[in-house]
Amino acid sequence: MKKLISVLLALSLMFSFSVVSYAASSPLSESELQEKYKDLAGTSINVYNWGEYISDGSEGTMNVNEEFEKLTGIKVNYTTYSTNEDMYTKLKSGGAAYDIVIPSDYMIQRLIDEGYLQKINFDNIPNYKNIMDEYKGLYFDPQNEYSVPYNVGMVGVIYNKTVVKGNPTSWSLMWDEEYKGQILQFNNPRDGFASAMFLLGIDVNTEDKAEWKRAYQKLVEQKDVLQSYVSDEIYNKMEAGDAAIAAYYAGDYLLMKENNPDLEFYYPEEGTNIFVDSMCIPKSSRNKEAAELYINFLLSEEVALANAEYLYYATPNKAVINNDNYSLKGNPILYPAKEDMPKTQYYHNLDQETLSLMTSLWSELKIEGTSNTAVYIGLGTTAGIGLAAIVYVTIRKKKREKLYDE
Amino acid sequence: MEKKTLSAKLLASPHIVWSVLFIIAPLLMVAYYSFTNADGSFTFENIKALAGYQEVFLNSIWYGIVATLICLVIAYPTAYFIARSKARVQSTMIMLVMLPMWTSLIVRTYSIMSLIENTGIINTLLQKFGFDPIQMINTSGAVVLGMVYDFLPFMILPIYSVLTKLDNKLVEAAHDLGADKITVLTKVILPLSRSGILSGITMVFVPSVSTFYISQKLGGGNFALVGEIIEGQFVTSNNFNLGASLSLVLMVLILICMAVMNHFSGDEEESSGGLMP
Repeated sequence: MKKLISVLLALSLMFSFSVVSYAASSPLSESELQEKYKDLAGTSINVYNWGEYISDGSEGTMNVNEEFEKLTGIKVNYTTYSTNEDMYTKLKSGGAAYDIVIPSDYMIQRLIDEGYLQKINFDNIPNYKNIMDEYKGLYFDPQNEYSVPYNVGMVGVIYNKTVVKGNPTSWSLMWDEEYKGQILQFNNPRDGFASAMFLLGIDVNTEDKAEWKRAYQKLVEQKDVLQSYVSDEIYNKMEAGDAAIAAYYAGDYLLMKENNPDLEFYYPEEGTNIFVDSMCIPKSSRNKEAAELYINFLLSEEVALANAEYLYYATPNKAVINNDNYSLKGNPILYPAKEDMPKTQYYHNLDQETLSLMTSLWSELKIEGTSNTAVYIGLGTTAGIGLAAIVYVTIRKKKREKLYDE
Repeated sequence: MEKKTLSAKLLASPHIVWSVLFIIAPLLMVAYYSFTNADGSFTFENIKALAGYQEVFLNSIWYGIVATLICLVIAYPTAYFIARSKARVQSTMIMLVMLPMWTSLIVRTYSIMSLIENTGIINTLLQKFGFDPIQMINTSGAVVLGMVYDFLPFMILPIYSVLTKLDNKLVEAAHDLGADKITVLTKVILPLSRSGILSGITMVFVPSVSTFYISQKLGGGNFALVGEIIEGQFVTSNNFNLGASLSLVLMVLILICMAVMNHFSGDEEESSGGLMP
């Protein structure tokens, strides 16, 4: 129902865009925007976003891309990726020209450092006024030149209250012997290491090798109590009750909770990861103005509301946060009150050496304890049989040749 | 030697272009990355770094061998049975073998997950009948099960295609000459279907050794197979060079395994119909 309302709202507002004030930096007025739409109608933009990261019209929600096309006549070619690194590789290889990408903080830092992004003309984005001040000037883009926040999220620990006793508050729950075999860990090195580093009080952006090795030891210790390393299969496992403890993103927890009301959530007291996914325009963009209009469109109250309702992530858009029709308005998990706000830390881009160390330690962690004699015996036997068979075949061949010769 | 006509050359050209673009060029790139560092200068560092991964390689090959053997044991009788049935039954059965392949590997693997999960369908049924639940997921058995299930059709089809072409007169002749059933099987049918078996083995072994998805999902990420390590090098650490050298060594190992197998391909029979020459 709430989705239907948001769609109606969105549609009605589509025709009556809110009036934009004339500020000193002279963002476009409504009529100027319309003018731009007319100019750019018939062109197209290539949007490269995370999978499942936009309201797509399923189950009666707003189809954001379609609405943009209807409004502006600019065609949206929409493709998705599943990790920041996938996106980075694609952008770096130069195989395709994208007009919009939506990476996370540390990846934006890397992209800016390596010169893959271009400065955005904020005059074309009057709706930038909707972005909350606390999400402006973030560490990866201190001057607000390259990025516009899209979604915000924090990592917390999800647990099943029918299994876990008491009110846990620490990362140490994920190391608790009592719940051996019920704990899930991230199957990606950065988040996996971060859980150990927060617990040990190590800075997650450290480039000190000894600290990474200390975190590695902690993860080896954890391996014994873990059920498995997971990515998106966490939904099935937590919802079905196959596992009882896992760290994951707050927005995803809310989705899981709808299917399994026994699930509870907390932000660990030692601190946790916060991330911002922001819209950026790569240097390879061929239709920059249209890309800016697209960003502006995503920031408009109705569209941002539709996205926030669909994605369940926290939005940096104050027009949505203050909107009474927003079903997650004031949700204590997405928008903790100031006094409940956990200690948070953004990931920064790691230098190549640390990145390599992290990956090789992660591989070691996976290999750790898997070597077993059964494999060696098996391989040895197979090799033996193979060798014997080769000898047999060769001898037989020789014999036959002899037979024919005679 | 016959001279190739112009039209023959033209007909072959799409295949040649395809091979060069999508097979040979990528292979050369893999080789290039394997022997260079991030700056593009020549180095053996990547190959040296592989010493730390020998367990992973051995594990992968072992899982591949086990999965291939199980596939063979299941597939041969199945293919034989299908090949011996009536034409109509045959086409239905082959359809049934191929049917799972119409679904994506990811969906199939996920389905197995929900079957063998601790609170999955099998364990729920077991508990209903008063048995203790069995730990299936996140074990090595689950990984092998996934490989066998996903790649079994690749074993059945080539064996089946060889067996259907097998000249029944040879079998009859063997019987006439007094061979019993077991002798006919070991001396006539098995040798004549060798090419099918070998291509089946190759087609199951190669994807099993290099899979990363199955071990990730069914092994719970606890079983580091080489495919997963390679993925990590490319995706997370952005170290194309080490990733490429891991791939290169994997390819060489697979080639060695196949060369050993080809030793058994026999030279006396002029069989054909398998998917490998």
